[in-house]
Amino acid sequence: MFKKIMTKARMQSPWMLHFDCGSCNGCDIEVLACLTPVYDVERFGIINTGNPMHADIFLVTGTVNHRNQKVLRNLYDQIPDPKVVVAIGACGLTGGIFREAWNVIGGVDKVIPVDVYVPGCPAKPEAIIDGVVLGLEKFRGKAETAESISANDFEEEAPCREK
Amino acid sequence: MINKSVLILAGLASGPVLGGVISGFDRILTARFQSRIGPPLLQPFYDVIKLLGKEKVVVNVWQAFCVNAYLTAASIATALFFLRSDLLLILFIQAVGAVFLVVGAFSSTSPYSQAGAHRELLQMLCYEPLLILISVGIYFQTGSFKIESVDAMNQPLLLKLPFLFVVLSFVLTIKLRKSPFDLSTSHHAHQELVKGLLTDYSGPLLALTEIAHWYETVLLLGFCSLFWTTNPIGALLLVGITYLGEIWIDNVSARMNWRWMLGYGWGMGMALSLVNLVWLYAR
Repeated sequence: MFKKIMTKARMQSPWMLHFDCGSCNGCDIEVLACLTPVYDVERFGIINTGNPMHADIFLVTGTVNHRNQKVLRNLYDQIPDPKVVVAIGACGLTGGIFREAWNVIGGVDKVIPVDVYVPGCPAKPEAIIDGVVLGLEKFRGKAETAESISANDFEEEAPCREK
Repeated sequence: MINKSVLILAGLASGPVLGGVISGFDRILTARFQSRIGPPLLQPFYDVIKLLGKEKVVVNVWQAFCVNAYLTAASIATALFFLRSDLLLILFIQAVGAVFLVVGAFSSTSPYSQAGAHRELLQMLCYEPLLILISVGIYFQTGSFKIESVDAMNQPLLLKLPFLFVVLSFVLTIKLRKSPFDLSTSHHAHQELVKGLLTDYSGPLLALTEIAHWYETVLLLGFCSLFWTTNPIGALLLVGITYLGEIWIDNVSARMNWRWMLGYGWGMGMALSLVNLVWLYAR
């Protein structure tokens, strides 16, 4: 009973932290577009906190390089458990067109564990919201059974795929 | 005796229940003002339950102590209000709680937390004298600081203390953390310092500060209702309209700096209070 309420509360109130890890700002604009009246993610209780200590969902855009990997790891460590990491955009997933640059390490998952990948260049706001919702399903898994949820639970055409 | 314990229980329950619902309404209305749909009514409860279930990260022990002291003071002040106790006592206990919140923020080394704490102190400097002046006005009118004596009035206080009510709504804007006075910490992420004071409070501790904030909301709206005690519907209308006004002001104004707040708060607030008090005295 208590667990059920807690899981519901967690699913209903994901506060997000958005970190631009060296993105071209394309994906960042799309992330912020989710907060505007057109998409209005506060319907789902999502708030942009701008503070890792308050966040549940970590949205990361852009490639990771040798300089900003420390910042990325620091932010990740500051978010109290349970947390979900969503990597956004081609660069956040693999390094994108910058993957062969001398200073680039690659995607976000080279530094911190990523739960949901949202592809796109830039990722569409709809896809980002879908990614966050997928991340919330993992919350349920983490909170209740600690099993990962199979990708078959979601529609084939969903723009997000799981690791 | 039983009657009193029921009142205390009602006071203690009002924060977590009534305060949360008010906050939910606030968020929906704010969203509608911004042509959004907004979260469900129970959203603040989801937030607090989720925060209570998060990993406990305490920056230092002093901070955890301060949060608990803040919550205790806010709940005691609200319970005393429900007991219709002494206005000055309630205000002092509420102020002690607010000071503990600031001390907790000062105990962390985060510059955001420090800046927020400094601003919160300035806010207290601005609104505390005004709250005392409002109590003095009520004393002038009723002859006592007891809320019971306000209840015994056969005419709404608003008719005698109209300017002091304006001052109270000014205080309310500061205390409810609404623009243009959401200097120390804000509900919306469009400011130069968003969480400020609350930056280093996280998880369960943040949940406790939120619950304490609900208590303070209930307490201050209760304070508003003192201006129309002759009729419960009148009191409800007065509080409702005032709160709507606060949400409206929050949405139409930007954040001002602390100099503006202090200048306007003390200049306007004290002048209006003085005019009202002189008028009461001369009558």
